Amino acid sequence: MAGTGIGARVERKEDFRFITGKGNYTDDINREGQTHAYFLRSPHAHAVIKSVDTKKASGMPGVVGILTGADIEKDKVGGLICGWMINNKDGSPMRAGAHPALAQGKVRYVGDHVAVVIAETLAEAKDAAEAIKVTYAPLPAVVDLASATKKGITTIHDVAPDNQVYDWHLGDKAATDAAFKKAKHVTKIDLVNNRLIPNAMEPRAAVGDYNSGEDAFTLYTTSQNPHVARLVLSAFIGIAPEHKLRVIAPDVGGGFGSKIFIYAEETVCVWAAKKVGRPVKWVADRTEAFLSDAHGRDHLTHAEMAMDENGKITAMRVKTRANLGAYLSTFSSSVPTYLYAPLLSGQYNIPAIYAEVEAVYTNTAPVDAYRGAGRPEATFVVERIVEVAARELGLDPATFRRKNFIKSFPHQTPVIMCYDVGDYDASLKKAMEVHDVKGFAKRKRDSAKAGKLRGLGYSAYIEACGIAPSAAVGSLGAGVGLWESAEVRVNPVGTVEVLTGSHSHGQGHETTFAQLVAGRLGIPIENVSIVHGDTDKVQMGMGTYGSRSGAVGMSAIVKALDKVEAKAKKVASFVLEASEKDIDFKDGKFSVKGTDKSVDFASVALQAYVAHKFTGAELEPGLKEGAFYDPTNFTFPSGVHIAEVEIDPDTGVTTVAKWTAVDDFGVIINPMIVEGQVHGGIAQGIGQALLEGAVYNDNGQLLTASYMDYAMPRADDLPSFRVDHTTTPCPSNPLGIKGCGEAGAIASPAAMINAITDALGHENIAMPATPQAVWKAAQASFAKAAE
Amino acid sequence: MPKVSMTVNGKRVSANVDARTLLVQFLRDENRLTGTHVGCDTSQCGSCVVHVNGKAIKSCTTLALSCEGANVTTIEGLANGQDLHPMQAAFRTHHGLQCGFCTPGMIMSAIDMVNRLGFDLSEETIRHELEGNICRCTGYHNIVKAIQAGAAAMGGMKVAAE
Repeated sequence: MAGTGIGARVERKEDFRFITGKGNYTDDINREGQTHAYFLRSPHAHAVIKSVDTKKASGMPGVVGILTGADIEKDKVGGLICGWMINNKDGSPMRAGAHPALAQGKVRYVGDHVAVVIAETLAEAKDAAEAIKVTYAPLPAVVDLASATKKGITTIHDVAPDNQVYDWHLGDKAATDAAFKKAKHVTKIDLVNNRLIPNAMEPRAAVGDYNSGEDAFTLYTTSQNPHVARLVLSAFIGIAPEHKLRVIAPDVGGGFGSKIFIYAEETVCVWAAKKVGRPVKWVADRTEAFLSDAHGRDHLTHAEMAMDENGKITAMRVKTRANLGAYLSTFSSSVPTYLYAPLLSGQYNIPAIYAEVEAVYTNTAPVDAYRGAGRPEATFVVERIVEVAARELGLDPATFRRKNFIKSFPHQTPVIMCYDVGDYDASLKKAMEVHDVKGFAKRKRDSAKAGKLRGLGYSAYIEACGIAPSAAVGSLGAGVGLWESAEVRVNPVGTVEVLTGSHSHGQGHETTFAQLVAGRLGIPIENVSIVHGDTDKVQMGMGTYGSRSGAVGMSAIVKALDKVEAKAKKVASFVLEASEKDIDFKDGKFSVKGTDKSVDFASVALQAYVAHKFTGAELEPGLKEGAFYDPTNFTFPSGVHIAEVEIDPDTGVTTVAKWTAVDDFGVIINPMIVEGQVHGGIAQGIGQALLEGAVYNDNGQLLTASYMDYAMPRADDLPSFRVDHTTTPCPSNPLGIKGCGEAGAIASPAAMINAITDALGHENIAMPATPQAVWKAAQASFAKAAE
Repeated sequence: MPKVSMTVNGKRVSANVDARTLLVQFLRDENRLTGTHVGCDTSQCGSCVVHVNGKAIKSCTTLALSCEGANVTTIEGLANGQDLHPMQAAFRTHHGLQCGFCTPGMIMSAIDMVNRLGFDLSEETIRHELEGNICRCTGYHNIVKAIQAGAAAMGGMKVAAE
């Protein structure tokens, strides 16, 4: 499509600064008189702090101050919070242990924050930290997820003596059990959803600044949602009231969920800035990021699926144990519950579903939302069990899926969600064509001739995003509403600034949001600027996660644009001396119906500000409108990904030979950007399936705490991807957008493991399917075949 | 503190620095050239790649003092005002970046790749050569396309110049 409006492949407006080295990330910000913070972290996974002696360290060169948990307590700095209340099966609330920003009395994971040293230089802060004497009394570490609640286990938080955070459920147990009794065939699987470390390339960072003249704080931070950070730091942690705390999230180098949360380091930097009377800067090194960024996934699941004599799915039951780490991170409790179990129906018409989730504490880093957050875990369960069931029944996996697809909409699942629209057959059909599934048999024979095993795996995923209707999430325990805000400011010369509560950290909002505005107002895209990430500029917003910026953030802009257009029509009616109802607006021109009288948008903007054509009694001057948009439903992107792998049985190396993604994201604003989001998501999913995994040893030491030990996907681990689309516009928002940010990461792990198990001829492989694991599995296949 | 002098993006710079100062710290902190990033501190991710005497190196594991008298080019030294280096332009055209954090290192590595291996780079070569550069956003798909196109454009410029 030509032009720059919705649907055009517009080059990104933000790119010039990034490709010329002019980006402005938090670590690029330096304040006058700035000091540097270094956190002394616990080397123990679980220990009582007997004493912290900072005397020697305090006298070392360059040291400006040293703060510990005692100072946090003295200053009554509130603890870090978990903002989503989950109730147990019996209705009682989850058990949330206290989470001080600097440890008090006890440390609960390796990397927990014991003290902060603030010095003239980072090197001096590190030197002084080495001189702090901490006496620990180590306690047994609870590391293994499966045994974290067993009788007699060490208690991590006194509020949860058995380390259980909650024991939650969703669905109709009786109906599900009844369906299983009548089942003709039952498929059972046990799955591990491996623990991941997000690894945005920009490590977390913060600069805290305090203006004593104004008694006001500024925090520059790597946040996906600066307003939520301000809200939590004000209302719960008590740093300062909101009007005295400005949070700025400038260019942010990737988030993937890990920069949603309000962490100890950011909190300490802004609090400490007042304590030491100078700006305080902290930048994580990569090992600190591995140790202290919230991790993702980490589930153990047993799932069962019941089918009737016709191969129709009649019920599913799922039992999951989720690791939430040592403390409840900001939204952690919602991830294995409301972002997980409501997606267990997948794309399938399943009359009865019952899910039980037990969340536990362990002496590991907190676990929270990571790209997809709960939905990749749900998709992995559904798409693995569906695949295994098809294989057990001797049915073609695509045919089995098609037989069980939901075909009419809206569709109410037994687990909360009401799917509004979709065409799952269409995505499957297109994916199979694009992938040339028909040619697979030949490709498999060719691989066999070369001594290789070839496999093909599907993943027909659905997700719920565009998060979320505020009243609905409120009823499920959320502490906040999940609307979005926008303000459209038209300048007198007709250029436009759009203030949004969404936050771009790679998604390209400066381009896509401008495409919407330029197209709607009929002005050049160069005349539109997007303003975000500063609580002093944008009044309020909920930020970017859950693939919500398009469906929710842009919908708020549409609402504001509606108001701008309505006001501009009033101005135009005075300029054109016509009745307001006779004014049309199209292609940037206001015209009087049935005449050749017209005036362009820029002239109307000028007239709105000079206010010469109307009186104050007739119309208020200016052209600036704001809106809040609260979605009426989740959106439901869906699609089919097909993975094709080739395995060398002699080395165990799995090569991704071919990848096809056909997604239904509803209306697409910029296909180039959407494809990029899909590529990145798939890469993270392939990373989970083949390479990545956080490994703690029995003592709770993180063994994968650098890029030498944690296998990040490199360019030569991945293929180029075939990405295509089908489209059913979303009916619940004005643009028909569903969201695309997480889909790749949600779909791909199941497709990968389905392909690998197809190649190996048995189901016994866990993620990450490393060469060693695959080699062992391949040898087992050969041994079985030889029997 | 010892003194170190070098040429950065054509400009002679010198400073007295702590002997343990890394080249990336010298560039970012002393010279306020913040386009060069630190993503891992262990020489794996390549966000810190700059050119020293025409060769790509990782500035997060290079001592500033070891670059005495060297000719250093950073991401800020590639474009001439609005006039982009063809590799920079290719990254924009092919959407080879999202968050932009790894991008300066990617571009510096890509140019070095072309300098060493020529203008006609296969997908396989590019993927192999990117071993020392990690991107978490793009899945590398568009980075590979951008480098291939950028290399060809550099070749075209060389032909045009001859």
